[in-house]
Amino acid sequence: MARFDTLRLERVSRSYGRHRALHELELEISGGEFVALLGPSGCGKSTALNCLAGLLPLTGGAILLDGTRIDQLAPERRGFGMVFQNYALFPHMSVRGNVAFGLRMARVPKTEAAERTDRALELVHLTEHAHKRPGQLSGGQQQRVAIARAVVLEPRLVLMDEPLSNLDAALRLEMRAEIKRLHRQLGLTTVYVTHDQEEALSLADRLVVLRDGRTQQIGTPEEVYGRPANRYVAGFMGYRTMLDARVVATDSSRAQLEIAGTRLTGLDRDGTRAGAVVVAAVRPEDIDVTTGPDGLAARVEVVEYHGRELAVRAVLPDGQLVHFRTRERLAPDDAVRLAAPADRVLVFTADEDRTAEPADDEPAVTAP
Amino acid sequence: MAADVLTKSPEEQGTSGPNRRSPLRKPATWVAVVVFGFFFLNLAGVVGVPVADSFGTRWFTSWLPEGWTTRWYGEAWHEFGLGQVFWTTALVSLLVVAISVVLGVPAAYALARRDFPGHRLVLLLFLLPILVPPLTYGIPLATVLYKFHLAGTLSGVVLANLVPSVPFVVLTMTPFIEQIDPRIEAAARMCGARTWSVLLRVLAPLLVPGILAASVLVLVRTVGMFELTFLTAGPDSQTLVVALYYAVFSAGIRTQQSIDAMAVMYTLSMLVLLVIALRFVNPTQLVTRVREERGRD
Amino acid sequence: MSAPTTGARPALRHRLAERGVDRTLLLLAPGVVFLVLLFCYPFLYGLQLSFQPKDGGGPLADYRRFFEDAYLRGTIWTTLKLAVPAALINCLAAVPVAFRTRRPFRGRRLLTTLLVMPITLGTVLTAEGLLGYLGPNGWLNKSLHALGLVDQPLQLVHNYWGVLASLLITGFPFAYLLTLSYLTGIDPSLEQAAATLGAGRLHRFRYITLPLLAPGLAITFCLSFVLAFAVFPSAQLVGDPRGATHVISIEAYQAAFQKFDYPLGSAIAMVMAAVMLAVVVLVLAWRSLLYRGSTGGKG
Repeated sequence: MARFDTLRLERVSRSYGRHRALHELELEISGGEFVALLGPSGCGKSTALNCLAGLLPLTGGAILLDGTRIDQLAPERRGFGMVFQNYALFPHMSVRGNVAFGLRMARVPKTEAAERTDRALELVHLTEHAHKRPGQLSGGQQQRVAIARAVVLEPRLVLMDEPLSNLDAALRLEMRAEIKRLHRQLGLTTVYVTHDQEEALSLADRLVVLRDGRTQQIGTPEEVYGRPANRYVAGFMGYRTMLDARVVATDSSRAQLEIAGTRLTGLDRDGTRAGAVVVAAVRPEDIDVTTGPDGLAARVEVVEYHGRELAVRAVLPDGQLVHFRTRERLAPDDAVRLAAPADRVLVFTADEDRTAEPADDEPAVTAP
Repeated sequence: MAADVLTKSPEEQGTSGPNRRSPLRKPATWVAVVVFGFFFLNLAGVVGVPVADSFGTRWFTSWLPEGWTTRWYGEAWHEFGLGQVFWTTALVSLLVVAISVVLGVPAAYALARRDFPGHRLVLLLFLLPILVPPLTYGIPLATVLYKFHLAGTLSGVVLANLVPSVPFVVLTMTPFIEQIDPRIEAAARMCGARTWSVLLRVLAPLLVPGILAASVLVLVRTVGMFELTFLTAGPDSQTLVVALYYAVFSAGIRTQQSIDAMAVMYTLSMLVLLVIALRFVNPTQLVTRVREERGRD
Repeated sequence: MSAPTTGARPALRHRLAERGVDRTLLLLAPGVVFLVLLFCYPFLYGLQLSFQPKDGGGPLADYRRFFEDAYLRGTIWTTLKLAVPAALINCLAAVPVAFRTRRPFRGRRLLTTLLVMPITLGTVLTAEGLLGYLGPNGWLNKSLHALGLVDQPLQLVHNYWGVLASLLITGFPFAYLLTLSYLTGIDPSLEQAAATLGAGRLHRFRYITLPLLAPGLAITFCLSFVLAFAVFPSAQLVGDPRGATHVISIEAYQAAFQKFDYPLGSAIAMVMAAVMLAVVVLVLAWRSLLYRGSTGGKG
């Protein structure tokens, strides 16, 4: 099927009664791109995907494919392929039957259909399992059938709904590489939904971070990772340490902060003013243990052994928690001084509601 | 999330605005409406005729009776000795419910928690009395009960009604118990609870909703059970359905209206039970536990 | 206690435990004993009774009597003629209705309550209502007459049609609820997947829903058939119990409890069970050719 130039989502919204599952999503996808929708469960990413697939009617906005509105089309007439979270393989058909189903629906001549099915099965290395039923396959194999079934039609757009979340850790890494390879090999435009920021960063050309149905940031992996738009995105991108602070002074892009009686310089992301109450977000790997008199005084509380490094949780005098990684052999109750380079400390305004903070344990919500 | 996208209720989909496809364009809707309409129209007729008749003075060939009265209810009550009949019905049903729960719940527990040789055989034993229509095994059963002089008595009626009820409790409770995590029991034991404490303090509260649902279903089925009661009841041990059957079958001696009054009383009591039952259970449970049977084959 | 027994006992207990046998199984005993006494024993008793005819003539005399008498033999055919169409109509009507109502919508609870009503009304009340409703002066005939569709009242009770109507009224809700529970067990994302692959509504039903539903439909048909085959009160009340609806259960009942010929009654009950079994086995054999695994739904 023909490639397209742009797919535009204009203020795409979906609400259930008063609950807004997705609020005015604006996005432009160009042909061949790999876009990831990222966010914790309930953030609206699956809703967005289902709206795009046509499985869920919009309650506002429009979807345009090269200028033509497609949001009124039934899913079967959009020519998109979809990989479902639970794969949704037809249990009563063989692997081959599953892959060939779309071709059969499209009335592709038999010989051509057989050829294309063979090619798709070869692509996902399932040729020798073609006659089996989905129930006889392992999770990873089922996953590959689902992908083959979605791409055999060479759809204009492939939608993937958390395709790796049902696999165990090792298999997930392997299939991630596989998806990347297929995307490069086939050049299919892909929209990929996930709650795993690592997955999104490693696969996508562009990320859309969602929260409570609203877009938080759209950007390349480098942008989202290095310059998160707000403290919510920062929390999601692994800025584990979030410290309440007060601005002492600002100059152009820098802000002088006071945290627990100590000075610290950070990158001003929200345009704060002196005296403002802010949050300073830092990644564990950006915090250093210093020997000098400067830096935040902290007491080591928990030490986890991670092989080459230690993951440490320390407490500031005012009770705030700092997470960092270090190669020094620290032990609980050690007194340390901590510092971070000014451009790795992000300063956000604090007046955003408290729910913006990510869960305390891990920034990425991992499915059980 | 994708899985339940299409299962949202229409209130939720009602706001879908311009993209909502009219349900009238779906062929299934048309067929469904026609089938439903036909069915309910006739059902209304079937239920409406006895109701109208029971409140009518005289009714021959007109659309509705000539006048209205409630006296048939009083007459039916005396004529058919309904006080006794209602008492028997309640007694039989409650006994059947109590005994079938006592016999059925432990069996369901064992079936849900243990996989042993012969598991399928035992399951089949519990499945058969539900699948085989009561009349088929009712005739040999009644014969045996007559042989032991139990037929014609209240205990005979209770025993006969227990035959489908015990399996019914077992089959509704087994999946219910299966979904209770066995680790909860293990956890209780690790906290030092003895077997009895586990049963009373941990399992029983968890089982109550299931037992309640099963009980209500057994109650509905027993009150409505015609065949087995008919085959085993004597004059003093008739339940309401059987009394109704005899009244209809020997019609001519009695006035049609008082028979209909009795039928309406029966309908009303069933309706009350039904509404109660549907508060506790999914309607598909009223027929059989198909899941169970399918899950094992 | 002697040494060898103490040595053997734990071993046996371990062996049993390995196969899942332990004291928990004792909980099964009351229920199983009860069913063996009141279900299995009567059935076997009836079976052996059916081989001991009251009037002698060898063990098979009652079966011979049943099959040699055209009137008695004919009850099988009479009953099949009622039960098979009733079960078929109920199953076929249940599919579109269940398909339409498989997802929650406003009023679904009311609808299912109304549908469940006939199941609980039971056959007796349904029969009583049908007598009035379908009778020559009933509302149906009046309406048809008023609409000018018929000149003479249709004869709908005390014959085949009355019984069929009663079987449909009592059987349809049953078939519907069974079909519905099978249908809701099919994972909706399968249909969605088919839709994204270009399958329209008709194709989705034909290639996805129907094949996954078919085994459930076979079971539904079996159960509907078995219920209809044992038709008793409605055949007596709205039918023509001496003629067109002299079904096999009436014959069995009359033999056993009116003529007090228990052996003959038992023999007929056994024939009844055998015919039902034959039909069920036939349908299940067809079903075994279908896909019967998981339908991916809520299980």
